[in-house]
Amino acid sequence: MLVLVVDSSTPAVTAAVVEVSADGVVARAQRCTVDARAHGELLAPQVDAVLADVDARPADLGAIVAGLGPGPFTGLRVGLVTAATMGQVLGIPTYGVCSLDGIGHPVAVGEPVLVASDARRREVYWAVYDGAGQRIAGPNVDTPGVAAERARDLAVTVAVGDGAHRYAEVLGLPVREEPRYPDATALAVLAAERIRAGAPAEPLNPLYLRRPDAVAATGHKPVLP
Amino acid sequence: MADEPLILGIETSCDETGVGIVRGHTLLADALASSVEEHARFGGVVPEVASRAHLEAIVPTMDRALKEAAVTIADIDAIAVTSGPGLAGALLVGVAAAKGYAVAAEKPVYGVNHLAAHVAVDTLEHGPLPEPAIALLVSGGHSSLLRVDDLAREVTPLGSTIDDAAGEAFDKVARLLGLPFPGGPYIDREARAGDPAAIAFPRGLTAAKDLVGHRYDFSFSGLKTAVARWVEARQRAGEAVPVADVAASFQEAVCDVLVGKALDACRSSGIDTLVIGGGVAANSRLRAMAEHRAAKHGVRVRTPRPKLCTDNGAMVAALGSHLVAAGVAPSRLDLPADSAMPLTVVRV
Ligand SMILES: [Zn+2]
Repeated sequence: MLVLVVDSSTPAVTAAVVEVSADGVVARAQRCTVDARAHGELLAPQVDAVLADVDARPADLGAIVAGLGPGPFTGLRVGLVTAATMGQVLGIPTYGVCSLDGIGHPVAVGEPVLVASDARRREVYWAVYDGAGQRIAGPNVDTPGVAAERARDLAVTVAVGDGAHRYAEVLGLPVREEPRYPDATALAVLAAERIRAGAPAEPLNPLYLRRPDAVAATGHKPVLP
Repeated sequence: MADEPLILGIETSCDETGVGIVRGHTLLADALASSVEEHARFGGVVPEVASRAHLEAIVPTMDRALKEAAVTIADIDAIAVTSGPGLAGALLVGVAAAKGYAVAAEKPVYGVNHLAAHVAVDTLEHGPLPEPAIALLVSGGHSSLLRVDDLAREVTPLGSTIDDAAGEAFDKVARLLGLPFPGGPYIDREARAGDPAAIAFPRGLTAAKDLVGHRYDFSFSGLKTAVARWVEARQRAGEAVPVADVAASFQEAVCDVLVGKALDACRSSGIDTLVIGGGVAANSRLRAMAEHRAAKHGVRVRTPRPKLCTDNGAMVAALGSHLVAAGVAPSRLDLPADSAMPLTVVRV
């Protein structure tokens, strides 16, 4: 079955088509552009392009997998609304996967890892994975210092992700080069059981982790001296 | 009729998630979800709250619109979406949604100007727009006067607010008077029992010296401050504030300026059609005053019914329909959401 994967939770805008079968998940086509300011412009043409790459029409898709974040809100919503609207038109199920899992799951082989992506405001979105690739902490948003402390408690020996690169010094852990951003095939692998089982479509609720910046209106400020 | 194009419109520039469907100039569906209640305690629209609400609302709102129009996405000929101006994060949800629908259903997409859509929506009620026309667009987010030579291609800004939008002034004065958000409908209601001549509030940018550089521009910040001063002076003197009179006098000042400048634009250009749109166009006094004064100058006022004046998807569909009929090419799939989209651009 052809499955579309989208993720816009990090500066990387990713669209991919994978083949999900009983034997496994095979990447067929992928477009990934790193540009934190152009998620809205880039994603739809990339979806179009990966479909063309595999010579498929949208109606050939059997499911859509979307990275739920966490990630900076504005960009994150682009991927989720794209997946949700396409799923609605095509009448196919959508499945959500924590975007950090798409970084942590593929690298956690044998030793626990800390995944950190850039949350701006000098914070990281982070999660910790055990040696089998299972998430054992997070996702959370904290300063790199707090994430490092939690990682130490969990005997983490290595960090990965663009946030890990950015705050390598504070984290004090060796940093794995790849993947810097959520891996589309990994996201599909994490949803593969649900896809194969034809599980019901899931609402794609973003992992915002932060509340909107808003202060309740205070009383009127006098204009008279 | 049946061979006219079937157009879907998506609007998310502020706090309303709108999906409208039109065939030619015929309105088939106008589904709306609003996050206005979530903003009330903040006294104004909070962009991130609006964006989150759009993401949750877009799919169900689309479902309702399709049901209402009794069509499927496959029947649609083109999808139009507000690409600006508006709140950046809010616009982006609608633009991404429109692209998702366009890609999945293999339909063309038109990224259109929100203000031009406020003009176009009137065609659903009053038929094709005579061109050229003058348009007055007033809401919580915009206050503009424009000349429309060709709604599909050429719109010329004549003036706009240099500080607060007209609707913003309504919100702020409402808060001052202890009325809920959004203030427009509450001021309108209170004003009915008040005397519009009770208090002489200032008319911004109408003095002879202002008319040189700002003939068609608006300013409501001074008016808002004048109302605040007047109300505070009463309160400090321990006197009751005559809410109805303040509301009526404030509303009269706003409408007087809006209508005066709009008709000045009509007169000076010899144009006899005035379209009024935007949320403030739902104000009963503005509608009545415009009708009354325009008649004296032989100007015909076109104002859509209140539900079509406020932001909605039908207006975007109406503009999309107009563009398709005029043979305008669709936008590219990489069209951006542009929070500061200039008025001169009808379609990106
Ligand atoms: Zn508007």
